[in-house]
Amino acid sequence: MSDFWIALFGLSDQLTAHILLSASAIGLGIAVALPLAVWASRSATVSKFALGFASLVQTIPALALLALFFPILLSLRAVFGEGLPTLGFLPALLALALYALLPILRNAITAQANLDPGVLEAADGVGMTRSQKLRLVEAPLAAPFIMAGIRTAAVWTIGAATLATTIGQTSLGDPIFAGLQTQNWTLVLAGCVASAALALTADALLGLIERGLLMRKPAFSFAGLATVALGIIAALFVQFGGNKEDRIVVGAKQFSEQYILARLIGGQLEDAGFAVEYRDGLGSAVAHNAMTSNDIDIYVDYTGTIWANQMKRSDNPGRGAMYEEIVRWETETSGAMVLGRLGFENAYAFALREDRAKQLELETLDDLARAAPQLTVGGDPEFFERPEWIAVRDAYSLRFDRERNFAPTFMYNALKSGEADVISAYTSDGRIAADKLTVLRDPKEALPSYDALVMISPESSQNAALVEALKPLVGAIDVEAMREANFAVDREGDGKLSPTDAAKELAEKLGLN
Amino acid sequence: MQAKASNCGKLRILPPRKRASLITNAVTFDAATRHYGDVAAVAGVDCVIEAGSFVALVGASGSGKSTLLKMINALVEPSAGRVLVAGQDVTSLAPPQLRRRIGYVFQGVGLFPHMNLAENIAIGPRLHGERLSGARIAELLQLVELDADMASRMPDELSGGQRQRIGVARALANDPQLLLMDEPFGALDPITRDALGERVRALHCNLGLTTIMVTHDMAEALLLADRVLVMDAGKIVADEIPAALLSGKGGDIAQSLVAVPRDQAARLASMEA
Repeated sequence: MSDFWIALFGLSDQLTAHILLSASAIGLGIAVALPLAVWASRSATVSKFALGFASLVQTIPALALLALFFPILLSLRAVFGEGLPTLGFLPALLALALYALLPILRNAITAQANLDPGVLEAADGVGMTRSQKLRLVEAPLAAPFIMAGIRTAAVWTIGAATLATTIGQTSLGDPIFAGLQTQNWTLVLAGCVASAALALTADALLGLIERGLLMRKPAFSFAGLATVALGIIAALFVQFGGNKEDRIVVGAKQFSEQYILARLIGGQLEDAGFAVEYRDGLGSAVAHNAMTSNDIDIYVDYTGTIWANQMKRSDNPGRGAMYEEIVRWETETSGAMVLGRLGFENAYAFALREDRAKQLELETLDDLARAAPQLTVGGDPEFFERPEWIAVRDAYSLRFDRERNFAPTFMYNALKSGEADVISAYTSDGRIAADKLTVLRDPKEALPSYDALVMISPESSQNAALVEALKPLVGAIDVEAMREANFAVDREGDGKLSPTDAAKELAEKLGLN
Repeated sequence: MQAKASNCGKLRILPPRKRASLITNAVTFDAATRHYGDVAAVAGVDCVIEAGSFVALVGASGSGKSTLLKMINALVEPSAGRVLVAGQDVTSLAPPQLRRRIGYVFQGVGLFPHMNLAENIAIGPRLHGERLSGARIAELLQLVELDADMASRMPDELSGGQRQRIGVARALANDPQLLLMDEPFGALDPITRDALGERVRALHCNLGLTTIMVTHDMAEALLLADRVLVMDAGKIVADEIPAALLSGKGGDIAQSLVAVPRDQAARLASMEA
């Protein structure tokens, strides 16, 4: 249990970021919803469209809505210039504010529609102008119901804000996503508890304001409002009080190896005297863009990923040529620096249980193509969309009975439980050895190489001390060392390490400290 | 037959500033028409209402009497024709400006539930930046026979009759010359209804008001008004003083309405005998 409390109290950064993000999103939601509700109360058409739009937004899964803002903001750069952030706070704010819109708007419009018609007739009858009617009658009478809508919006927003982690915004989703990937349930629990406690607190305080409005007891409303304001001010102070400007931000995508390497890089930088913070759980495309736009300073990517996702190439020139091409492409397009290859590959490979491989007499992908129509293949969520899957599928005419998606950590469990017969494994994964998996050979070399690369943002590539501190990592990590570190984090039971500890062990083994 | 301007008798004490208004017509309908789609709620009404008179607009549901009343304070806009208040076309004024000069009392009362009685009464003057003194609020409460110490109560603490009294006080707060009442006593019990009716009649005389009251109750119209307009299908079908209606004038529709209270009275009398 003490692990849990340590994890919980280690979340102050995430908590304050979460509070500020949620509060801003709800604030923006209110600022948009209330004028819209006033307009809607005067026009049935506006009312229909506003509610229709807000309901439509609500049907989009929160995760997708957050992700959608990346391309939207990217295209808006044409208008607002290259300085417009496409990741992190801004898209998270906009998506969550849109999400907060519906409950506020719906309650405001419903409250207005349900006002006693006699009271409205009296307001006209005594000679109120439109704005007097709004200010003196409609707003005060609708206020408790609008407040109820704001309460709902607050609970939703605080919950959905955990997903902001995936687009590079620090939130209480950080420990949840990190814990999910590394099977560190204590961390997941700490994130959930913190987020739920925040939601309950916000709900109680807003409820107090609502009660004050309903019972016409301004003291209640004031007490609730003052506490909310204090919370936000405290969060602002914690978030911006320190000198965060000088911190180096190390990014990591959503799997264990990334967390370990981020800590390894962070450790090197701290030894060199830098202050470091981590931005974990980034989506693959998000991570690259966050680096080129200087939102994060450093992260580890893979040649095959950049080749297919960023450069949109589907050919396969071979390992060395691909690397050279990527270094040149990054320099020319974004100004980002490819510091070098870490020394191991985390390539896609098809793996299956040893006993199954023997039983089906499978050694190569050619053999697999023969057995495929009877088999279920499991892949990570992006695998079946990737060009290399299409390339390898076409090269070997792979036709599986079923294709299923699993989170990377759960793929191996799926193999064990028989939910998948063969999976798209990663060559650096510790579980290949630990689970005694057979990796099928690729005689046609259809699967591209995935050399791990240290990527440095255009801005930080100018920082000679930083570049110097990371140079020892280049070529230092062989695939055995990486597998061992990965397994230490992914395994269950005794010997399971946190990414930070695994990174320390790896650093010792490599003689870096 | 044209009604007398008023039969307030000795009760009538006019403030000097209001005497001038007596020589003008308070309300004039000039071919006033209101359509809702194909239906004519008010179908070309021509009528002059003299200052100081108490006019009852009587008719069955859907006869157009409420619509006609609401055209006076622009709650309903005319589709055709004109409505003049003190000689001025109502559409020539901004509705809030017009309505602040006209007291309006209706069946729904519409007290503002988030304001106490004093705030409710003072709302009209407040709209143009005037603050009513405690003494003035006490005076208005007294006009409707309520205790001055009720000023700080909330509307939901009142009975229906008390609420409508506040409704009347609120309508009088701006010192209007014209008081419009739309079924003002419709939701009240008979005793409250009778008392409040008498009170309004007295206020009409004491304050020198021009009062136009919509009611479906011919007995109430006959007892309170000095001129009764009977409406049917958007038109005025009878325009008589109460005595004339009671003596059989005004046509079939008016007489069928008069017959109801008369028959009731006769049946009650025969039961007593």
